Amino acid sequence: MRIPNWLALTLIIGAIFLGAVGAMWGAIEAVALAATLLPAPPEPFATIGVIVAKIGLIVFGFVMGLASLMTLFGDRKQSARIQNRLGPNQAQFFGQSLIGLPHFIADGIKMVLKEDVVPDDANKLLHTAAPALMLIPALVGWAAVPFMDYYCHAPSDPEAARMAIQASYPFEVCKTQTSNYFQIMHVNSGLLFAFAIVSIEVYGNAIAGWASNNKYSLLGGIRAAAQMISYEVSLGLSLAGILMIYGTLDFREMVVHQAELAWGWLPLWGVVVQPLAFFLFFLAGMAETKRAPFDLPEGESELVAGFFTEYSTMKFGVIQVADYAATVFLGGLTAVIFFGGWHVPFLYADGFYFGGLAGEPTLSLPYHLVVATRLVAMCFKIVVLVWLQFMLRWTLPRFRYDQVMMLGWKVLLPAALANLLITALIVSIF
Amino acid sequence: MGEVNVKTLEQRERTFLEQSYIPEIVKGLGVTVKHFFKNISPFEDERMTVTYNYPEEPTEYSDRYRGQHRLMVREDGQVRCVACMCCSTLCPADCIHIEAAEHDDPSIEKYPEVFVIDQLRCIDCGLCVEACPCDAIRMDSGEHVEAFGDRGKAFFDRDKLMELGGQSLAEQGGDHIPEHPS
Repeated sequence: MRIPNWLALTLIIGAIFLGAVGAMWGAIEAVALAATLLPAPPEPFATIGVIVAKIGLIVFGFVMGLASLMTLFGDRKQSARIQNRLGPNQAQFFGQSLIGLPHFIADGIKMVLKEDVVPDDANKLLHTAAPALMLIPALVGWAAVPFMDYYCHAPSDPEAARMAIQASYPFEVCKTQTSNYFQIMHVNSGLLFAFAIVSIEVYGNAIAGWASNNKYSLLGGIRAAAQMISYEVSLGLSLAGILMIYGTLDFREMVVHQAELAWGWLPLWGVVVQPLAFFLFFLAGMAETKRAPFDLPEGESELVAGFFTEYSTMKFGVIQVADYAATVFLGGLTAVIFFGGWHVPFLYADGFYFGGLAGEPTLSLPYHLVVATRLVAMCFKIVVLVWLQFMLRWTLPRFRYDQVMMLGWKVLLPAALANLLITALIVSIF
Repeated sequence: MGEVNVKTLEQRERTFLEQSYIPEIVKGLGVTVKHFFKNISPFEDERMTVTYNYPEEPTEYSDRYRGQHRLMVREDGQVRCVACMCCSTLCPADCIHIEAAEHDDPSIEKYPEVFVIDQLRCIDCGLCVEACPCDAIRMDSGEHVEAFGDRGKAFFDRDKLMELGGQSLAEQGGDHIPEHPS
């Protein structure tokens, strides 16, 4: 019997969600449980152990899983559906084509087994290092992205948790012991960190272009550098208004601020407060990921494949995955800054309150379920934003190079400045 | 001097909203999103994809598709062909080889002792079917001629062609032949 596509899709996406959330949470809870039962290991090892577990689960479990699956689902299947095609469906596991999942594995095996070609007179060291220089920044940035708030221990005492909620509307305040489980590294300047990391990604592109000893590659690398520097300005400036409103560089606090509801029903997410900034940030961010309609560094029609013309085997695969990882990272940043991160509207620590915080919750939920819902909400927002980027990528035709530069400097930059000015006026008046 | 009929087209200025691309991008996004969601619909008839998964879902041929030849048989299972040579004479590819022989039954003048179609030469024109006066050869089997790994296998003889054959509804020999006394 053949499994229908929609069922396979539901199963695979459900597996990603459950795997990400369940593994992230279950493993950390298991570590905490082990800490209570076993004698505590000496201090540096305990912290290092938890951090390694977080990195493994968040970065390699969720982000890399999603990014590499995007090579199949995002680029091949989604584009096929948009264009009324079917996409890859011939490779099969036990007679099941599973919406092309075996193709993804076959591609990986093919990439690993192919011959690795380094051109004559290329700088072998830099040629080999460049893909890593592209992938690593896209993954390191996740250190600052929070998937969930501080986790309150002692959830078994509902009375304490309930008082904690009502004590300071609309935020939940943990009066008991807390742990920062769902963020790898809590830096109070997380935004600066993320931007610094995103900016270095261009070194990988420029080095890849230069080290290949190929004119197409060099042009692609130069284009990548110029484009990223141009869009970095609008990317940063578009967020200045957000910084003014939230008054913090800390991603966690930004998300906490977005818990407020205006008039009791409209969640004051970043996209509601700063719609223009969201548009500019998303556009500039898409330009940063160097995918269509901004795929000038790749330049299929004029530069063969741009800065990765001379790459083969898994080096090529790593460059592709780095692109998708950057796409997922942009999704993560946008979800945290503009879409309320882990927040689900009306959901508080002990359930849904549809009619204001006074009185009992409309729908009571145990604390663990609330945490799981929030983790799923965060992952879901990231997935939707990644999906939206792919939608845009297959909707818009690509720009010419001068148009890209003109859009960056003559449209996005003045718009970001105007947005900044208006926000500053409003913030200083009220 | 003839007049050149020049039609002047008015170039419409783009409005500010169009110039800003934002509504247009949203419109375009609407189209792609509509296609995406229609095509992942669990209900097959809502999808807009027209692809046939060919080897798994064979295409339906029309009734007029000219497939592999077949030789029709009489009521008693003998070949219907009377070896009149019409088809082999008309065949533009010269791919039908017939050797006629006397039939034991006095009411049947001839029958094909050898009837071979060279499928490598056949151009599937269907003229043999048009030429046949007694509805003995047909191309309505709806089957492909298979691919051959060996040229010798491309010669389809009488028995192989008769395997697909059925009885024709047409009366053998038409109205003019007197009924067999038996």
